[in-house]
Amino acid sequence: MAQIFPKWSNNIPRKLLIGSTVIGNTLVFTVWFFFAPEFLDVGYAPEQPVPFSHQLHAGQLGMDCQYCHTQVYDSKYANVPATQTCMNCHNQIKTDSPALEPVRQSWETGEPIEWIRVNYLPDYAYFNHSAHVNVGVGCETCHGRMDQMEVVYQAEPLSMSWCMDCHRAPEKYIRPVEEVTTMGYTAENQIEMGLELVAKHNIHAPQYCQGCHY
Amino acid sequence: MSTAAHASLVQEEPLVKGNHSFADITQMVTAQNLNPTPKLWYVLFGISNLVFMVMIVSIAYLIYKGTGIWGLNNTISWGWAIINFVWWVGIGHAGTLISAILFLFRQDWRTAINRFAEAMTIFAVFCAGLFPLIHVGRIWVIYWVFPVPNQMVMWPNFNSPLLWDVFAVSTYLTVSVLFWFVGLIPDVATLRDKVKSTIAKRVYGTLALGWRGSTRHWWNYEKAYMLLAGLATPLVLSVHTIVSFDFAVSLIPGWHTTIFPPYFVAGAVFSGFAMVLTLMIISRKVFKLEDIMTLDHIEKMNIILMVTGTMVGFAYMMEFFIAWYSGVEYEKAIFILRATGPYAWAYWTMIACNVLSPQFMWSRRLRRNIGFTFFISIVVNIGMWFERFVITVTSLSTDYLPSSWAYFNPTIWDIALYVGTFGFFFTNFLLFLRYLPIIAIAEIKSVMPEADPHNYDEKGNYVAPGAPEPVELDIPEEVMSERDRQLQTA
Repeated sequence: MAQIFPKWSNNIPRKLLIGSTVIGNTLVFTVWFFFAPEFLDVGYAPEQPVPFSHQLHAGQLGMDCQYCHTQVYDSKYANVPATQTCMNCHNQIKTDSPALEPVRQSWETGEPIEWIRVNYLPDYAYFNHSAHVNVGVGCETCHGRMDQMEVVYQAEPLSMSWCMDCHRAPEKYIRPVEEVTTMGYTAENQIEMGLELVAKHNIHAPQYCQGCHY
Repeated sequence: MSTAAHASLVQEEPLVKGNHSFADITQMVTAQNLNPTPKLWYVLFGISNLVFMVMIVSIAYLIYKGTGIWGLNNTISWGWAIINFVWWVGIGHAGTLISAILFLFRQDWRTAINRFAEAMTIFAVFCAGLFPLIHVGRIWVIYWVFPVPNQMVMWPNFNSPLLWDVFAVSTYLTVSVLFWFVGLIPDVATLRDKVKSTIAKRVYGTLALGWRGSTRHWWNYEKAYMLLAGLATPLVLSVHTIVSFDFAVSLIPGWHTTIFPPYFVAGAVFSGFAMVLTLMIISRKVFKLEDIMTLDHIEKMNIILMVTGTMVGFAYMMEFFIAWYSGVEYEKAIFILRATGPYAWAYWTMIACNVLSPQFMWSRRLRRNIGFTFFISIVVNIGMWFERFVITVTSLSTDYLPSSWAYFNPTIWDIALYVGTFGFFFTNFLLFLRYLPIIAIAEIKSVMPEADPHNYDEKGNYVAPGAPEPVELDIPEEVMSERDRQLQTA
């Protein structure tokens, strides 16, 4: 009987085996890397209506975070400052700067500036700022070195596994409450100090659903 | 001694009627693959595809609009989707029962129907698998049921029988497909050698995986087949057990029952055999395979139908007995309500179809009557649908709090989806009938008398089919018959 398949088809099983292994692994690692929030979300830096520079205000001028974001110790929400806060200084400083035109516009018309939110959590995750800063989670831990950011970008993935990393081992990340707004803070004995702080503040970071998702 | 020797030689009815040779069998089975496609096939395929479209449309609309298009309410939140899921899974179980369990029990009559039944299993599980997938409100996150490491550090909860369903049904489908495919290898090799066109040769040749039918091939094949049968048997029992856990693990009166696992499995075999009968009675006629799928096969299947139907009837009785015996008001109430409440029509339909109809099979005349069998096989499948309906809906509709009692009315979309799955099933089934050998050719040949080495005398001459092996008889000369004398001198 005539042969149906050419001789090279003897190699097909081997090629299939190698091929499917390679493709399978490539697929897994592609999804693992490129579909992760670390890749998709970190570094998100939209262009804002006013080119506000944290690097200038928090870094060079040394303003404390709470000068503008006043509610972080008291509220779930860390507020974006109102135009009033900007005008505290900018009614006298750089009053003719074209970059500040939207701020003056807002001040005159009463229309708010339409800032674009960078650190975005879905509405079914109920994050609370005051719960974190009052027990010594530094701004930097979640938002990165704000004092060095010319344009705000998302510094951390904000994925649930990223939250859980800290909730499962808060001692690795926690710092004294008075150092919360310090940028570039490091402790030599982080774990030892962290464990003490966890005990001191009686921290039981929730690892159950109701903690964040109600 | 001599009586014992004779007793062991009781002749069974031959499995293949009509004195066919091996070549005839190949000819008969592959005919519908090799002949030009009949017009009837196109007509049926067209109809199935239209019905299949109904399914596609109702799923598309379901996903677009939400599960609210169904007749579910807050009390009865499991309706037709679950009923149909359990029904289709149940249908599928006969296939594995026939191919695996009957194989372990060395029931040679299974060879005529196993290919058929396995195909039915696979297509029924396709239909069944749809429902858990689409009955959820948010189908786009259905992959969360799989234990895959992810950026949420979330895993499924392994305590839920609905998760076990995922594993059970997906494993069941995989193993059924493997089992079916392993069985197909020698037969697609036959087709490969018989088809004319090069493309068809290549397709069947690829599926045959280079099968040459060597002794070594057959040795490995038989081992693999037996191992798969051994694995599929506990699988088939556990899969429907797990499906029954969806109900039995809950606290709903009427659901929380320990009898469910065996009772569901018995019901699955019951409905599955009925479905095999329905399809096989038509196919043997259309494809002129009456000599292979004989009346004896139908009778044996009817006996299984009767046995499992009686088991199901026993379970219904036990449920009632335990409800009374338990002294639990809720349990008693739900069973009284089943028989007398707003769903009494469904309950009595179920009793009539499942308990009464298989009892006709006690009569040899009726169980060898093809028309009657065909009728009963359809009645049983209606009854088994109602069994799942009664279990699911009546138990939910009237439970602990009278303030949450409700009635379930299906909408057009419940019905369209169920009807549509028949299109899906028959589209697949017709493709199978057209392109694959519907009877396990190699296996059928192995149970024919010609395949038995004992059917040849020492000189290698073929002895008449079914002839007993000559035996040394210790018979006194004066009672020896003419035939005995011949055997002695042979």
